Amino acid sequence: MTDTSYTRLRLSLMLLTLGLSLVPLFALGFVIDSEFRESYGDKLTSNLKLVAHNKADALDVFLTERVVQLEMVAGMNTLDSLSNQQALELVFDTVHEASPSIIDLGVIGQNGRHVAYSGPFDLRDVNYKDEPWFHQAMLKGLYISDVFMGFRNFPHFIIAVKRREGGRTWILRATIDSDIFTGLVRNVQSGASGDAYLVNREGVLQTPSRFGGKVLGQASLPAYRPSGDVDVVRWTEDGTELVAGIAPLAHTDWRLVVIENQQEELSPLLRAQSLIFGLFLICALMIAAGAYLSVGSVVKRLQKADKARAAMDAAVVQSNKMASLGKLAAGVAHEINNPLSIIRESAGWIRDIINDGELGESTAVDDLQEATSDIERHVERARTVTHRMLGFARRMEPLQEDVDLNMLARQTVSFLENEIRHRNIEVECRFDQDLPLITTDANQIQQVILNLLENAIDAIGHDGCIEVETRPGDGAVVMDIADSGEGISPENVSKVFDPFFTTKPTGEGTGLGLSIVYSTLKKLGGGIDVRSERGVGTTFTITLPLVHVSIPGRQEESWTE
Amino acid sequence: MKKIRLLLVDDETDFLHAYTRRFIRRNAEIESAQSGEEALEKIEGGRFDVVILDVMMPGMSGLETLRRIKALHPELPVIILTGHANSKALIEGMESGAFDYLLKPVGTDELYFKVLDAVRARRLPSD
Repeated sequence: MTDTSYTRLRLSLMLLTLGLSLVPLFALGFVIDSEFRESYGDKLTSNLKLVAHNKADALDVFLTERVVQLEMVAGMNTLDSLSNQQALELVFDTVHEASPSIIDLGVIGQNGRHVAYSGPFDLRDVNYKDEPWFHQAMLKGLYISDVFMGFRNFPHFIIAVKRREGGRTWILRATIDSDIFTGLVRNVQSGASGDAYLVNREGVLQTPSRFGGKVLGQASLPAYRPSGDVDVVRWTEDGTELVAGIAPLAHTDWRLVVIENQQEELSPLLRAQSLIFGLFLICALMIAAGAYLSVGSVVKRLQKADKARAAMDAAVVQSNKMASLGKLAAGVAHEINNPLSIIRESAGWIRDIINDGELGESTAVDDLQEATSDIERHVERARTVTHRMLGFARRMEPLQEDVDLNMLARQTVSFLENEIRHRNIEVECRFDQDLPLITTDANQIQQVILNLLENAIDAIGHDGCIEVETRPGDGAVVMDIADSGEGISPENVSKVFDPFFTTKPTGEGTGLGLSIVYSTLKKLGGGIDVRSERGVGTTFTITLPLVHVSIPGRQEESWTE
Repeated sequence: MKKIRLLLVDDETDFLHAYTRRFIRRNAEIESAQSGEEALEKIEGGRFDVVILDVMMPGMSGLETLRRIKALHPELPVIILTGHANSKALIEGMESGAFDYLLKPVGTDELYFKVLDAVRARRLPSD
């Protein structure tokens, strides 16, 4: 796998984890939020309705009380008795005491004129004959006016009840200070921007609005379709969302309007929302961090495992290659050995005949003898090759003896002393004096070192340096053999241990040297590595275990019968 | 000295021929067999001093032939020839009672010396 595919894997795992955890989280959050918002909104609306309804009821009760009061006064007295100013004063005092909002009483005759009047104003001469309320009262028996300034010049309204007494009809009229409504309504106003007021059917304010103006001003209410019960109306004014509960009154066509600032009322919800949002953000961040860390560690482990597997695969491939080439080499060598035997023995037979003197003595016989020698010499040469090939495929069981690698290396270098001197090569030995002894096959190790040194000498040619270094390793000893030759090209480095791979001219190398070194070291439980840089040189590093326990039968696996 | 009687076993005729004619020159009596079965038959029919046996043969393998010879004639020395320096086969051969082994290609003289060794070794205990 390449680095990009790991990155892609990491990304897709991250996305999957995040998707699977964040989507339900946010869905949950969304549902909770919308449910909460809806139920809270419902609660606010029903609360508003309730407030408007209750207050409207209270206002209705108030009006009913006043009407009943007047009807009782009218019913319990005759026109004659109330026409008496003093009697009226007495009645008024009683009524005023019971209901301070009633500020005057007037008895009006059929002709619209005051028969008697008790109150703070001088209205005795006023004629109501042309006033619309007078006609209404005469017609319907009860009249409740809108608030008006009237002759008295302060906001008030009147309640008029008609009384029929024998052949006469008269009206008892009371003026009610509408301030009483202002007080009743105001205590409904809530929050910093809540409002409550009464309006008549034309939307004229019957009580002052907190923000909307004075009495008799026009209330700024949006149009809506009255339902007969409490209506809820929403609109936006100067960027503020307002909601109004509008309740009709029973006795008049007034309506009680209770206005709330939506945002202000929803502020606890907004607080809860921001809290939830914050909480969810923290959750999301934790999930993201968790996903990042866990995916990272999973991918890292996977990468490690892949790397280990790739290394193992490479080792398996190399050893399989060795095994199959070993079989091939052994087969070829074996097939060639018999013909070689026959060739040599045939030549030998000729030599036997010559030696026995059967051909006598002549130049021709001498030539024949020489030819026989040539045949024998070249068969011997071929035999060396086949035996080396067989040796590559399989060799005798390794011995187990205590070996001082330093001594072995020094001895091996001394074998090549003449060659080294002749080629003007300097050999530098850096041996670790405390190197532990290893239990292995000294002869085979010596072959390995010899082979590597010969290669180093060949790589240098003339004038150069070979460094031989030993050092302890992890449960093993390590030896470096470095030459100052021209190095191996990168494309060839991976092939140097392959059988029959050689860069030498045809006929000069079998290409088996390093592959024999490789298989020998494997068999002894060790290994070999190569590092090479063009123009700098090549270093072979061999590793040998302190003790190699051979498993019977295992090494023979690749050997041929 | 009495002529040494040899039985040379190998599946290749030319191989047998090449050695036979040289052994004859060395005053040995030599017979050849091309398979394990033939070798066993010949051993039954005549008295041999030494058997030279190729390990790699089609049909009955050299090692199997060796085991059978040893079962019938434990005193008969057998020298095994092999193109393989295969330790497993060699160890098996030596354990099955082979006198010694030689690696192919082997020279007649080298082989002859080994035969003489075997004959001498055989005579020593009985003398």
